[in-house]
Amino acid sequence: MQRFLKSIQLRELLRPLGQMIAFSLGSSAVLSLIIIILALILDQTAVGASTMARFKVSLFSYTIVNLPQVLIDGLTLGFVYAAIALGYTMVYGVLEFINFAHSEIFAIGAFVGVEILIALKGREILSTEMSVGNAYWWLILALLAGMAAAGLAAVVVERLAYRPLRGAPRLVPLISAIGVSFFLQDAIRLIESITTGQFHRIIPTFGNFDQRLTFGSMPLGAGSISLGVQIKSLIVIIAAVVMLIGLNYLVNATKVGKAIRAVAQDRATASLMGIDVNHIIALTFLIGGMLGGAAGVLYALKFTRIDPFVGFFPGLKAFTAAVLGGIGNLTGALLGGIVLGLLETFAGTFMSIFTMGAAGAEYKDIFAFSILILVLIFRPHGLMGENVGQKA
Amino acid sequence: MGKRILELDNVHSYYGHIHALKGISLYVEEGEIVTMIGANGAGKSTTLRTISGLLHPREGTVKLEGEDITHTDPHLIVYKGVGHVPEGRGIFPKLTVRENLEMGAFTITDPNKIQQRLEWVFELFPRLKERLDQYGGTLSGGEQQMLAIGRGLMQHPRILMLDEPSMGLAPVLVELIFDIIQKLNKEGVTILLVEQNAHMALSIAHRGYVLQTGNIVLTDSAEKLKKNEMVQKTYLGIE
Repeated sequence: MQRFLKSIQLRELLRPLGQMIAFSLGSSAVLSLIIIILALILDQTAVGASTMARFKVSLFSYTIVNLPQVLIDGLTLGFVYAAIALGYTMVYGVLEFINFAHSEIFAIGAFVGVEILIALKGREILSTEMSVGNAYWWLILALLAGMAAAGLAAVVVERLAYRPLRGAPRLVPLISAIGVSFFLQDAIRLIESITTGQFHRIIPTFGNFDQRLTFGSMPLGAGSISLGVQIKSLIVIIAAVVMLIGLNYLVNATKVGKAIRAVAQDRATASLMGIDVNHIIALTFLIGGMLGGAAGVLYALKFTRIDPFVGFFPGLKAFTAAVLGGIGNLTGALLGGIVLGLLETFAGTFMSIFTMGAAGAEYKDIFAFSILILVLIFRPHGLMGENVGQKA
Repeated sequence: MGKRILELDNVHSYYGHIHALKGISLYVEEGEIVTMIGANGAGKSTTLRTISGLLHPREGTVKLEGEDITHTDPHLIVYKGVGHVPEGRGIFPKLTVRENLEMGAFTITDPNKIQQRLEWVFELFPRLKERLDQYGGTLSGGEQQMLAIGRGLMQHPRILMLDEPSMGLAPVLVELIFDIIQKLNKEGVTILLVEQNAHMALSIAHRGYVLQTGNIVLTDSAEKLKKNEMVQKTYLGIE
């Protein structure tokens, strides 16, 4: 019996890992294929000639050489989106409402993490020469602090702005959420300008996070292009994967997780089982907030600069990812995040080449939000959702 | 019979502005099967919802063994030993049968006890054991009812409230469910049974209440209710 139990639990750890690998490989393969076919076609046109003129290679080989780097960057972004999307989808699963303040919960996580690291840097605890081991400990500390602050903020927001509106028409808490979102944005701005006098904050450089691990190079025309991955991208992916597995385990294999699912499916009956529904809802916000906060710190690590409105676009894209995967569905959020991160990075890299510079990377958001519109029109229940209103 | 486990005194409940219960007073003694019969909308389910705390009355009191639980939250009432198998069964469709049963035992922390209960439920409903890893939503109506009752039993309530356990079931299954209710009662579970099938309900109950539009219009022993002219005409279909 004991051994039997253990085997079930192991399965719950391996299943999400398998899903992540499958989703990553699957969407990478599909998008790569599309891009390669496009490159082959465009190679015969003026686009190919222009590439040849600029880089002295065919468009096809230029695309192939760039692909590995795009995939790595895309997956990094995808896992950040997935971690944020889970916050939207969990809350939707339990309360059937979109917590639009989640993007500011993400920003709170980012600010707390970054401010702690800046303070440490100011006290000369962090430096580029410090031992790598210590650097990681401080980064983990910042990550945990960001998670704690964001989780707490999410719980407070639920208690003050959503719980009193429970039972009101569904539009009411939604409007409240948008209000909370604006409030938090300006609250962060106020606090930042009072305490630091600055609008933008930049994560300090320390440890070896900016180093690039190279694993070979590919010839490109006369020169060559090196293939590699920044250590911080690896950190983002690994941290996100660990959190996503942890969340999946919590929801699927623990008593609390089953209670969360029971509340999502039927709140009144769940309370007849002895489950404290308010407690579970608060816990859902805590978990979603913690994931969002961690994503915020990881985002700051990867993109270095944050401002009070830093949450807006990642939040909106993560929401798109959640809708793409099927809102309310945890596995769907994971898939949606990965697909969206890859798509955005592909668009950002290849659009300017394929259009001969007419449209650059700055238009990449068109793709993310076109996806949102297309999904809402043609498949409103998302890729993994079974029908509208279906819970995880 | 024994002491009063459950006692409602002049309970008034509302859904918004709708006055659903207009002064319900009833009691259930330890070891009894008590049934509430009445037409659709008479307030039977509302009475159960008021007892289990899903709905708080505006007036009147609900007492569990003398303790006032009128305004207690539903999950705390469960901990006090009230089991409620709700109308429409309330199966969690996307939890497996096993997980549904585990949720029934949410209040129990000792894994050995949960295992014992599980065995007991399987003894009563062997069918559930075959369906253990299936989603609750994929079961047939009869199986869902078994699961709902089994789940209610997992928490080992002192008083089990059943809301329309025969609804939508084939006659053979109705017989089975009622046999099991009687069996449970013999094992010491006090039962408060809401039924539209007045004939079946009165055949296993000790006492009964007749509800009409939020009022109790009649109460007596089940034997006498069965012979009551009004009950015969309205609920048993005997002219």
